[in-house]
Amino acid sequence: MTETALSAANVVVLAPFVALLGAVVNGLFGRGIREPVTGLIASSTVAAGFVLTVVSFFAYPGGGDGVRFVLARFLRAGDLSVDLGFMVDQLSLVMALVITGVGLLIHVYSIGYMKGDAGHARYFSQLNLFVAAMLVLVLADSFPLMFVGWEGVGVCSFLLIGFWYQQRENADAARKAFIVNRIGDVGFLLAMFLTFQVFGSLDVKTVTQAAPAVAYGSAALVGIGLLFLLAAAGKSAQLPLQLWLPDAMAGPTPVSALIHAATMVTAGVYLIARTGPVFAQAPAAAATVAWIGVLTALVAAIAAFAQTDIKRILAYSTISQVGFMIAAVGAGAYWAGIFHVVTHAFFKAQLFLGAGSVIHALGGEQDVRRMGGLGKRMRVTGTTALIATLAIAGVPLLSGFFSKDAILHGTLTSPLLQDATGQLLFALLLVTAVLTAAYMFRWYYLVFAGEERLTAEAKAGVHESPAVMTVPLVVLAVGSVLAGYLGIQAFLGRNLIAEWLAPVTASPDFEHLSVGAEWALIVASALAALGGLAAGYWLYAVDKGRTVKRLDTTPLAPLARSGMGFDAAAQAVLVRPGEGVAQGLAVLDRDVLDQGLVAAGGGVGLLGKVATLWQTGYVRLYALAMLAGAVVIAAVALLAGGLR
Amino acid sequence: MNVPTEYFVALSAVLFGLGAVGVIVRRSAILVFLSIELMLNAANLAIVAYARQWSATGGIHALEGQGAVFIVLAVAAAEVAVGLGILVAIFRYRVTTDVDQLSEVRA
Repeated sequence: MTETALSAANVVVLAPFVALLGAVVNGLFGRGIREPVTGLIASSTVAAGFVLTVVSFFAYPGGGDGVRFVLARFLRAGDLSVDLGFMVDQLSLVMALVITGVGLLIHVYSIGYMKGDAGHARYFSQLNLFVAAMLVLVLADSFPLMFVGWEGVGVCSFLLIGFWYQQRENADAARKAFIVNRIGDVGFLLAMFLTFQVFGSLDVKTVTQAAPAVAYGSAALVGIGLLFLLAAAGKSAQLPLQLWLPDAMAGPTPVSALIHAATMVTAGVYLIARTGPVFAQAPAAAATVAWIGVLTALVAAIAAFAQTDIKRILAYSTISQVGFMIAAVGAGAYWAGIFHVVTHAFFKAQLFLGAGSVIHALGGEQDVRRMGGLGKRMRVTGTTALIATLAIAGVPLLSGFFSKDAILHGTLTSPLLQDATGQLLFALLLVTAVLTAAYMFRWYYLVFAGEERLTAEAKAGVHESPAVMTVPLVVLAVGSVLAGYLGIQAFLGRNLIAEWLAPVTASPDFEHLSVGAEWALIVASALAALGGLAAGYWLYAVDKGRTVKRLDTTPLAPLARSGMGFDAAAQAVLVRPGEGVAQGLAVLDRDVLDQGLVAAGGGVGLLGKVATLWQTGYVRLYALAMLAGAVVIAAVALLAGGLR
Repeated sequence: MNVPTEYFVALSAVLFGLGAVGVIVRRSAILVFLSIELMLNAANLAIVAYARQWSATGGIHALEGQGAVFIVLAVAAAEVAVGLGILVAIFRYRVTTDVDQLSEVRA
């Protein structure tokens, strides 16, 4: 349990410290470092982290116990023992590969994107810190240390979303993200308390290995599960805490890519996959997780249709896709959820970086109504974005197809959901998959195809981005194609990712479908993707948006534009009453407490005034008063029976 | 002739009362001082009267009263020295020793 030796298998635990070193160098000495160097320092630390992760990946001995590395003793109090320890196993290795691999590409891209920004050193320092925090989160061997990374990710997202804090709306978006995340953090803390009460330990492996012995469906496990779900909903932007993510677009575009693809939003999926054995014993909690995921996926997909900001469309698509992942882990298909994390990391990072490339080329334009036809002028960006669009839509043989099919398969056959529930969730996810393909087609068509609607100013400046930005796009596009082959359905070949994750994720007994049914599922999800794309093509390319315009007059349109009214609801239910209470307290403070104190002070002052009337300055009066006092004391003493 | 202690105490009380009235009614600082001395010595008289009574009964406190009186006398002498010094200083500035004129220190 107290393994301290550093070996090839756990050398990955150095990765967060290397990234932290980069953050410190750029953060403390960045002022004195010139522009490309700050980016190179940051990129090289993440590259080193990636190399360390790869080394650990290949040296990993297998098995479900993980390889530990305890850095220092931390908390020892009674039965509680929490060390500053790291634990490397199959799940954390997959996550670390995504974080450092995709993170590296985003760092490199940022060198080009942030060129000329005065805050480049601060930017790269925070970007490194973000990666370090996320690595701590996935490599922690105990919940408290995981929470450190969890909070670190929250802080870094706050810093980076509000990177251009001089504009008020950016700072507001950052605060919103932070506050909404705090709600989830409370869930995490409470879940930890309950975990310690039930299991007597906060060690991740101890808890997950002890969970199967706890009574099936016990209230305590359901409670832990629901609290972890609250935590995951905060970080992963699930209902009803998804509010912060669309506003998080205020940060620089590569930050959005980092938040949406490699870090942050996948933390919730990781958390539930990590605590899978708890959910496997608490089907009520697991079903809630699945429902939240499915509803989030559906709601966000509808909202995505009505957005006009190139990044906001992608933001809602992230919420929707993370909903898919949460649905998968809720259904107990942990490998499918993590698989979708991996494939999504590639195509969503590509989409965001592609969007960044477009914004860069148009000089800051973000409204898709003033884009169009950019595919011809920006060949690399356009082509790679097309690949990623097809991948996220779930077109067969691209990565999104495989992972989405795995999720659909998982919900339908889940042993944690009742049959009818599983079928209903499956149907809803299938509908969402159709919507996904349609709104992603809309995104691609409005930006890269169709007629040019650029402003004259933007038209003059359109250019393909430099190689430092396009190379990461190409790498990510290749990944978007190939990542899916890690998880081919078992009946067609080897499902590498499921086999790799099997020792460390709870694996409830899924129903086995006949080969015919498996094929039917595959055809269904392929048809969903192609049908969605076709619908999108008809709506936006053939019909030129006429049907959509008619929809605009229905009440659905403003609802979808505002992200299905959750912001307004939160405003009405939480913010307004909060403001009311604050106003009331202000009145209480100003008019009751303050006035009361002022009056009390005045009263004491008045008493003082009365007392000073005695101070006439006539010595003889004082002498008389002394004499009178002495007489009174003597009289009292005599009457009370002498001085004795 | 053996004068009873009560007589001494009564005389002491009369002298003390005269002194107290003097302090309150006289406005000349010199006479106020004089009255204070009278009060002090009235107290001294009472103390030695009791001391004499103690020694007549062979009590162990026979000499303590006399000792106390010497201390009072010494303190009174010191006080008069300081007090008269202050008075002289005041008189130089104000050309008066009327205590009612010296009432600037008031609220």
